[in-house]
Amino acid sequence: MAEAANPKFLRPVVAPEVDPGQAITFGADRPLLLDAGRELSPVTIAYMTYGELNAQKSNAVLICHALTLDQFAASQHPVTGKPGWWDTLIGPGKPIDTNRFFVICANVVGGCMGTTGPASIDPTTGKPYGLSFPVVTIKDMVRAQAMLLDALGIEQLLCVLGGSMGGMQVLQWAASYPERVLSAIPIATAANHSAQNIAFHEVGRQAIMADPDWKGGAYQLEGTQPSKGLAVARMAAHITYLSEAALQRKFGRNLQNRNAISFGFGPDFQIESYLRHQGMTFVDRFDANSYLYITRAMDYFDLAEDYGGVLAEAFRGTKTRFCIVSFTSDWLFPTVENKHIAHALNAAAANVSFVEIDTDRGHDAFLLDEPEMFATVRGFINSVAASHGVK
Amino acid sequence: MSNGLRPDLAAIAEVIPQGARVLDIGCGDGALLEHLAATKNVDGRGLELSQHNVNACVARGLSVVQGDADTDLGDYPAQIFDVAILSQTIQATRSPKTVLAALLRIGKLTAVSFPNFGHWRIRLSLLANGRMPQTRTLGYTWHETPNIHLCTIADFVALTEEVGGVVQSALALRKDGHTQAMQVHAWGPNLLAEGAIFFLRSKNAPST
Repeated sequence: MAEAANPKFLRPVVAPEVDPGQAITFGADRPLLLDAGRELSPVTIAYMTYGELNAQKSNAVLICHALTLDQFAASQHPVTGKPGWWDTLIGPGKPIDTNRFFVICANVVGGCMGTTGPASIDPTTGKPYGLSFPVVTIKDMVRAQAMLLDALGIEQLLCVLGGSMGGMQVLQWAASYPERVLSAIPIATAANHSAQNIAFHEVGRQAIMADPDWKGGAYQLEGTQPSKGLAVARMAAHITYLSEAALQRKFGRNLQNRNAISFGFGPDFQIESYLRHQGMTFVDRFDANSYLYITRAMDYFDLAEDYGGVLAEAFRGTKTRFCIVSFTSDWLFPTVENKHIAHALNAAAANVSFVEIDTDRGHDAFLLDEPEMFATVRGFINSVAASHGVK
Repeated sequence: MSNGLRPDLAAIAEVIPQGARVLDIGCGDGALLEHLAATKNVDGRGLELSQHNVNACVARGLSVVQGDADTDLGDYPAQIFDVAILSQTIQATRSPKTVLAALLRIGKLTAVSFPNFGHWRIRLSLLANGRMPQTRTLGYTWHETPNIHLCTIADFVALTEEVGGVVQSALALRKDGHTQAMQVHAWGPNLLAEGAIFFLRSKNAPST
């Protein structure tokens, strides 16, 4: 039985014809050891690279992506056709200058753009993992990235940077592999996921699991897709990425293609139409089970936990240079949580910068055109590059 | 001292050893940190209240955090910096005593510069006009000034002793920007110096 050819077993999102970029598969001899106490094997890590690794292998920069993003940080997305999600930051002559730096971005374990995740085939059953996929953590994602770098022969990273969940990975990298990380830029992030953030994630997960097409997570086998649930999850989450001021400025109470309210439940308001669009387009590029797993990984993140509850201990003796960035209107990962990291780094006598950027665009600001963020990243990485002799 | 630095900063920069780990509290636009990085290869850090200044510093490659001397010095471990610098800032803190004690705790050497409110012009201005003095160096009206805890050299010496500090050396800052060594208990400098620069150590710290 050629199960791989059975359409029911195809990835619901990433069809085989979609090129996930480069990929490395680690076989039975190199299982990924998970925090949950299980081993994941085989494990494929899909990634993209930009620029060239220099002879000394001293110019590698690792980008860690956020919850629903992927390895296409600086190149066109194969499903949506949109430019890379950090196209404004990474590229020739840009702050992360690919004429100088070798940039790597890998899809996280549990993801759905080519890296092993719940939609992948479990070799022991020949069927998609679904909910039998082990729960993964931020630390597991970082371990997988470290395996990738080992395979690429990259011992040390000039810089690791990322926003939101990417920032969590950056912090975990600095704590787990301090000798491999020369500098770190955690952006709009936190050392643990707050009660409010767990709450929003739970709403999203419940929306997915309440969709009858979710089928207890086995929708691939059943030939269905919990699109409605996933879309609602995305709509709720998307609100948290913006700010009240930005929503008001952009949409206010404007009506959508009509002159008066309809006395019904159609999308009367522009904001409703906008959210519906966000939800609908999201399901074309993201797997519902991946959404469950990755949100869970964020919920479980508490960096201090491994260090007796004292965050500074996670960074004791670190030689890594840090640059923390937050945004004034970000209420998902507010300045106070970013500052908490800065204080812990001070307590560890680490070399740390902390920049707060004034914007009304909320959490999503880290993905947008924010000149002050670009100036910060450029100044910081250039200074790090100079002190390590990277031209 | 033709490095473009403010005179008190230039005097502080002179005593900082090569490769020292330095914390500049109230680092402003980062002029001192930049100078020290270029000339002394220091591991320099800054703490600055103004976010605008902080962002500008970081964009220039300096390691600076936004923070408040009154509240954020408690984070740092004891004796972690070779030199902790507080230039022209102590008079603007809410609790100079707490801040000075914190500096002595975190810095093996503490450098503090401040305007001397005991200078004869200030004394004379108050005596003659009966109004809060406004001078060249302290040009604010009493109700607008950020300098809420001004002191004289004698006041500072007393506070240093109160928080367990030992004066290692002190410089009087003259009107023309020149500095000269001073006897901290003598009456002359307190009357004649426009500002002062103190280098302190903690009495409790192990001698180095």
